[in-house]
Amino acid sequence: MTTPESAVADPNLTARHEPRPDAPGQTAAAASPTRESIISLKSVSKRFGGNYALKDVDLELERGEVHCLCGANGCGKSTLAKVISGAYQPDRGASIRIGGQEHSELTPQESRAYGVQVIYQDLALFPNLTVYENIAFEYNLEGIGYYRKKRLRNKAKEILQELQFDIDLDDRVEELSIAQRQQVAICRALVADAKLVIMDEPTASLTRVEVNHLLDTVRYLKGKGIAIIFVNHRLDEVLEVSDRVTVIRDGVKVGTYPAKEMDKAKLTELITGRQIEFLKKTDRTATDKTVLEVREFTRKNQYHNVNFTLKEGEVLGICGLLGSGRTKLALSIFGMTRPDSGHMFVGGKPVTFKSQMDAIKAGVSYLSEDRLTLGLVQQQSVGDNMVLTVLDRLAGSFHLIDRRKRRSMVDEWVKRMDVKVANTDNPISTLSGGNQQKVALAKWILTNPKILILDSPTVGVDVGAKNSIYRLIHQLAADKIAVIIISDEVPEVYYNCDRILHFRQGTVAGEYFPDRISEHEFAEVIENG
Amino acid sequence: MQPKDSILMKVPALGLPALLLGTLLFFSMLMPGKFLSASTFESMAFQMPELGLLTLAMFLPFVSAGFNLAIIVTANLCSLLMAWMWVTFIPVDAGIALQLIWLVIGFASACVIALVIGGGIGAMVAYAGVHPTLTTLGVMTLIKGIGIAVTGGRPIRGMPPLIQFIGNGTVLGVPMPLVVFLVAAIITAVLLGRTQLGKHVYMSGSNINATYYSGVDTHKVLIAIYMYSSLMCVVAGLVMTARFNSANMGYGDSYLLLTVLAIIMGGADPNGGFGKVWGAVLALLVLQIISTGLNLYGVSPHISLAMWGVVLIFTLAIKYCNRRWYIPWVQRRQAERRVAVA
Repeated sequence: MTTPESAVADPNLTARHEPRPDAPGQTAAAASPTRESIISLKSVSKRFGGNYALKDVDLELERGEVHCLCGANGCGKSTLAKVISGAYQPDRGASIRIGGQEHSELTPQESRAYGVQVIYQDLALFPNLTVYENIAFEYNLEGIGYYRKKRLRNKAKEILQELQFDIDLDDRVEELSIAQRQQVAICRALVADAKLVIMDEPTASLTRVEVNHLLDTVRYLKGKGIAIIFVNHRLDEVLEVSDRVTVIRDGVKVGTYPAKEMDKAKLTELITGRQIEFLKKTDRTATDKTVLEVREFTRKNQYHNVNFTLKEGEVLGICGLLGSGRTKLALSIFGMTRPDSGHMFVGGKPVTFKSQMDAIKAGVSYLSEDRLTLGLVQQQSVGDNMVLTVLDRLAGSFHLIDRRKRRSMVDEWVKRMDVKVANTDNPISTLSGGNQQKVALAKWILTNPKILILDSPTVGVDVGAKNSIYRLIHQLAADKIAVIIISDEVPEVYYNCDRILHFRQGTVAGEYFPDRISEHEFAEVIENG
Repeated sequence: MQPKDSILMKVPALGLPALLLGTLLFFSMLMPGKFLSASTFESMAFQMPELGLLTLAMFLPFVSAGFNLAIIVTANLCSLLMAWMWVTFIPVDAGIALQLIWLVIGFASACVIALVIGGGIGAMVAYAGVHPTLTTLGVMTLIKGIGIAVTGGRPIRGMPPLIQFIGNGTVLGVPMPLVVFLVAAIITAVLLGRTQLGKHVYMSGSNINATYYSGVDTHKVLIAIYMYSSLMCVVAGLVMTARFNSANMGYGDSYLLLTVLAIIMGGADPNGGFGKVWGAVLALLVLQIISTGLNLYGVSPHISLAMWGVVLIFTLAIKYCNRRWYIPWVQRRQAERRVAVA
């Protein structure tokens, strides 16, 4: 596998990294004739009802190019990817040039025939089938589809070896980690002879190490001449691996830029259309009163000998990679699991929570990292999700729910949290990630917690909403609530916490204070594990 | 601050009332003067509550994305217990007061049995994590076996007058079974729509883990669901015993899946989390009108059962068309109007 160094040493690559003459805001259609265009989109628009999801977007991709589609949630970047994959047909007037042919729209079949492969966020694998069956699934469909096990296995093995993935051919996909599943999906795309691979938020649920591994794979594919489109809103990885970045805002292309000219602040500005700087939490909100003390917390195979204290009004970061046991620890503090040994004190009194119900009563709340399946009941309405934790407070006469009280509570918190929602009776799944998270936060703030544990509070949240969540956290701290932020995003904990615990291999490996260490130094600590 | 959804959006909800009116009109025109009569409605009012009460028993498990296959056998077991107590302990010449006391004692004991059954099912589902369908399949088989072994498959006959009144009497012209059903339906509707437990049932029906993570004791919710379901079975059992003047382990077997038919026709989501009691009540009315109407017209009851199937499929087809074409059309229209305003 190509290492990052060798990829940069590649002369073709360095040439592409040279600044382009075209000014920001212009499309990079003026590519030199030696470069081979894989796909070229012209004036692509897509309307849903009366709303433009895309308006007059142009895009051009070269062979072996890694191209990033960036934008906030709902900006239209996924719609554009779907136009390329044939899942959506653009409005009249669009032109798609692919494989030397001119089309006004593509069907999914045409798109595949031209070698376009999509790796969706949910990966679209068959969880109950084995690795080789998943990889070589389409290979099997050739001819009359007679099932030739050996042929499938050989093909899958070949691809796995080529990409140097360490996965057992006979494992069932549901037993694999997310990163391994993604590798299976990449293999499947290669079996189908991909020329253009679209990856939808590929880094969303990967740890830093896994992301690095993925980027290596991407560089290898690039070396083979395969073009790659990243659809992404996390900004770090975007810059690391891309040749060019196209930013889309509200369905309109802002521009295509060489990745080399971009930095995070600039990209953020282009995505949101305004300058956003993360406000460092400087005000001292912590008092001397200890609200939570965890002593020698141990649970077999999850975390061991964890000790820390938390003050009233303090924002404490627990920074560590996925799988370091940080979520398991949080679940024990929240009473959902019990530690094998150790003590916990809330407000100075020793407590043993039998369940999360006890924890909530004692003033401990926990925002789950998994908004889709654990944090919110996606099918149900915005209002019902918001008041789920405090239904007992809405009781009126005969212990029945007082609808007027409910309505006014929901309206008040929609306003306070600045949730963008047309009708609070709509399912919460219709909201963007950021707005969903605001509702989830409201649900927990409503319980009047003394200690609020936020597990990865800005996963899948666009930059604008991210900032308002950070501001909210600062406000909560000022209101004397003790907040724990669990995250693997360094800036997130660095800019928002008074104190950070580095969590590694199930225990606290170090304590850091953002006012005594630079962001860079702290990032080193985390990334070097 | 809440923009009103367009009235067009609410049209699909009118489907069931429209179907109700449609069937009423159809049979009135088919049999002028004969169908629209007090006696027709009285016979409907006596017949509907059995299936109705069993439907209510199935309703909570169904909304919680579960199932209770044991409703019929629970109803029968409870009615056997009640019938046995009444036949054994109430003397033939007992006064109203004594009958009433034994009615209450019998009903209460049946409730205790039902709570044990429902609690057991709920605990199995909640704590052992066994799928409700499997759990209740086991419980159904168990109770049926015990019931037949104890009674030898024979009915218990000859209820005291007060019990018979519950099945066949009228209050101010309204048949007693209908009164019982309406009261039970209203209680169920209020429980689901206006109480904390009801909200918890809907939320767990959609995603029990997310509900649990929100600090709801979903174990208790599940137990409460199956306990309530079993209590509704006792009421159903009471009405059945009273109407037939006897109790038997084999009564009402064919009702089991018909309850599901009524619930789905009433608009509940087969995946759980959504469903309104009044929808199921309207669906039951439609079904009853069809079977009574066809019966009056001299059609075999088997054909009217087939018609129920047709109506269900028709309802589902309409629902599909709504989702596929009508709702998107309304949304497009609204969006275009917004654009026009802007």
